[in-house]
Amino acid sequence: MLGKTANGLFWMYRSLERAEHTARLIETGQRLALTRLNDPDAEWRPVLQSASVLQAYLANNETVTREAVIDWLLRSRDNPGSVLGCIEQARMNARMVRTALTGDVWEAVNAAYMQARQMLARKVSERDLPEVLRALRQQTSLVRGMTQGSMMRDEIYEFARLGTYIERADNTARILDVKYYVLLPSTLAVGSSIDNVQWEGVLRSLSAEGGFRMHYGSSPAPREITHFLMLDKRMPRSLAFCTDKIRENLTYLNRGYRQPSESLRLVCHIEQQYLSHDVDRIFEYGLHEMMVELLGAFASLAHQIETEYRFHE
Amino acid sequence: MTECFDEMWGRDGVCRSAYRGFHDWFTGEDPRRLRAKQREAEEIFRLTGITFNVYGRDAAEERLIPFDIVPRIMSGSEWNRLARGIEQRVRAINAFLQDIYHKQEILKAGRIPQEMIARNDAFLPHMIGVRPPGGVYTHIVGIDLVCTGEGEFHVLEDNARTPSGMSYMLENRETMLQMFPELFSRNRVQAVQNYPANLRRSLAASAPPAAGPDPVVAVLTPGIYNSAYFEHAFLADKMGVDLVEGHDLRVIDGRVAMRTTRGYRPIDVLYRRVDDDFLDPLNFNPESQLGVPGIMDVYRTGGITIANAPGTGVSDDKAIYSYMPEIVEFYTGERPILQNVPTWRCSEPDSLAYVLDNLGDLVVKEVHGSGGYGMLVGPAATKKDLAAFRRKLKARPANYIAQPTLSLSTVPIFARSGLAPRHVDLRPFVLVRPDGIRVTPGGLTRVALKKGSLVVNSSQGGGTKDTWVLED
Repeated sequence: MLGKTANGLFWMYRSLERAEHTARLIETGQRLALTRLNDPDAEWRPVLQSASVLQAYLANNETVTREAVIDWLLRSRDNPGSVLGCIEQARMNARMVRTALTGDVWEAVNAAYMQARQMLARKVSERDLPEVLRALRQQTSLVRGMTQGSMMRDEIYEFARLGTYIERADNTARILDVKYYVLLPSTLAVGSSIDNVQWEGVLRSLSAEGGFRMHYGSSPAPREITHFLMLDKRMPRSLAFCTDKIRENLTYLNRGYRQPSESLRLVCHIEQQYLSHDVDRIFEYGLHEMMVELLGAFASLAHQIETEYRFHE
Repeated sequence: MTECFDEMWGRDGVCRSAYRGFHDWFTGEDPRRLRAKQREAEEIFRLTGITFNVYGRDAAEERLIPFDIVPRIMSGSEWNRLARGIEQRVRAINAFLQDIYHKQEILKAGRIPQEMIARNDAFLPHMIGVRPPGGVYTHIVGIDLVCTGEGEFHVLEDNARTPSGMSYMLENRETMLQMFPELFSRNRVQAVQNYPANLRRSLAASAPPAAGPDPVVAVLTPGIYNSAYFEHAFLADKMGVDLVEGHDLRVIDGRVAMRTTRGYRPIDVLYRRVDDDFLDPLNFNPESQLGVPGIMDVYRTGGITIANAPGTGVSDDKAIYSYMPEIVEFYTGERPILQNVPTWRCSEPDSLAYVLDNLGDLVVKEVHGSGGYGMLVGPAATKKDLAAFRRKLKARPANYIAQPTLSLSTVPIFARSGLAPRHVDLRPFVLVRPDGIRVTPGGLTRVALKKGSLVVNSSQGGGTKDTWVLED
C-alpha cells in the first residue's frame, strides 16, 4: 500500500475522531454552563483548553463567551480544528484515498460532509444546538460503523484504526490534563465527595457516565474515576484501552517485516511506563505531570508511525 | 431547426425501431414519478461523488454534470458499422504515430506537408526511434462523433492523448440500472460494465519486457484538485490498482517505483492522466510538480509502459485532423468508413480567404484548443465577435481551422414539458492492445441542455445520457 494512502487514512480517521470529540466537548460545556447560574461563561475556557484551541481562540476573540466559543468550535473558518474543519479534512483525505475505501465508507463520509456543510452554513442557535450536535455525532458514527462493517481487515484498516485510537488517547489525556484538579485527592478531605457537576462533566465528555455508574457505583471518588479513565481496559476511551488497540494494530502491521518496529517499541514503552501501575503510584507521580508526559509520548508515537511507514517522502 | 434529424423520431415523426421499447415504457409512465427519479439520480451522483472540479474557483466547489434519464439508443447494426469505422481509424492513428516517430514515410510520400509535423508543438523529438512496449501508442482513445442523419456519423475530433469521460459512461449506466431495472428487462442492452476489467487487461498486455507475469499497473493523477480527479480515482478503484501522484514516484535502479509503506515497489504500466508536458521535469517542463523526474529515460530503455505514449498528441491535433482521410487510406489501404467534417485549414491562403468571406456560417476552432473554449460559432456570434475573430484569423491564420455548422442530430431529453429535442454528440471509448482493438459498445453521449444550443461541453452547460447499443 502507498505511504501516501496510509497517511490519508490515518488523518481521515484522526479528523473524524476529533470532530466527534469536539462535538461532545461542546455538549458538555453547554450542560455545565446551564447548571452554573452565577457564572455561565466560566466553563468555556477549560472547554477550549481541552480542545487545545484556547490560544488560537484568544488571538481571534477578545472575550470568552458561550456564543463565540461554540461558533469557534463548531464552524469558524479561522479554526482548522473546528468540527466543520475536521469533517472537511476527513473528506478531503477520503477523496485522496478513495481507492482504499469501500463505497459504503466513502458515501458515509461524503454524506457527513454534505450534512455538516449544510447544518453549519450559518451560526447555530441555542435552540438548534442539541439537534445539530446529535446529528454530527450520528454522521461520524455512521462512518465508523461502515468502516467496521465493510472494510477488509488488512493494512488499510490498521492505519484507519491507528488514526482513531491515537486521536482518542490524545483527547482523553487532554481532558485529564485540563481537569486534573477536579480529581486531586489532596484538595479534598478524605471521604468527602468532589464537585458532582465537575466529575460528571468529565465523564460525560467521554460518553462514559453510564459505564462508570454500572461498574463503580454512583458515589465516585477521584481514585476510581482516574482508574476508570486511565487504566480500565473495558472503557473504550480510556488510555489503557487505546494503547492496547494501538499495540495490536502495530503488531499486525509489523508481521512480515524483517526489522522490529520502533513504533511498536514506543507504544510498549508507554504502557509500561505509565499504564501498568496502580492509581496511588499515579497520584504519587503527579497526575498532571504524567498527562503532560503522556501527551508528548503520543505525539512522538504518531511521528514515529509517519516516518516508519513512509507517509511522506 | 426543423430539418434536424431526431434520433428517436427520425425526420417524419415516426418512432425509430431502436426507440420503440423505450417509447412504449415511457408513455405508460407517470411524469411525476419520472421527475422524482430525475431528482433521485442527482442525489445518487452527489452522494457517490461523481463530480468535477471547476478550475479557477473555490477549491471546495465540485459540480455535478447534469444527467438526463432518457437514454440515447442505437441498434446493433447501426453500431457495428460505426465500430468498424472507429477500429479502422484507431488502427490508422497507431500506424501513423509509429511512422511519424520512425521512417516518416507519409511525409516522404508527400501525403502530408513536412511542416505539419516540423511545426507541431505536440511532436516530441524524445520519441524519435522509440518503440513503445508492444508497439502500442494509444492504449485508450476517445473518438468524438456527431450524427447528421440516418446512419450518417462524422468524426468531430480524435482524442489520442488522455481522453476522459469513461467514468460517466459507467456511472450513467449504473444509475439507470438502479433506477429503471424494468427498462433493462424489456430492452436487450449491450453491457459496458466490463470496461475497467478490460482496461486493466489491456494495459497489462502492453507491459514492458521488464515486467513479471502479473504486471503492476498504476494510475497517475495530478491530484485531488484536478477537474477529472473523480474519474482517476474511479478507474483506479474499479481496476483494483494504485492511484499515484508524482510525489509518490521515484526512479530507482532504472525503474519507476512507488513509495509504499514497505519501501519502493516498481511499476510496470503507468496509466497517466497527466499531460506530456508535465510528465518529466528533467525532460520537459522543468517547473512540473506533477511528474516523475527521469521517467522518460526509463521509458526509452523499456523499463516502463506509459499509457498513452508520450507524443501521441501529434495525431489528434485539429490541423492533422483534416488529413485523417489520407492517413486512413495510406496506412490501411482501405477507404475510410467514417467521414470527417469538411475542414478549411486557415494556414492555406485560399482557405483563409473563403473562411473570412463566410465567417458567419462557419465554426472556427483553435488548432490546439479543447473544451469548447476559444472557438467561434458563426451563426450564433455577434458582429463584435465576428470582427474580433476576423482580426485573430488574419494575425495567426495557422492557429485556426474552420468547419461548416453541421445540422447535428437531436435526442429527446426529459424536460419540464415532457420530451424535448436537444443536440448530442457521442464519444465511444477504444482500448488498444498489442493483439487487437476493442470498442466498448456505446460510449458517452453529451447533450446540450439549452434549447437549440450546439455546445455539449460540461464546462458550458452540457449534460450526459446513458448510451445504449441494442442486441439485434
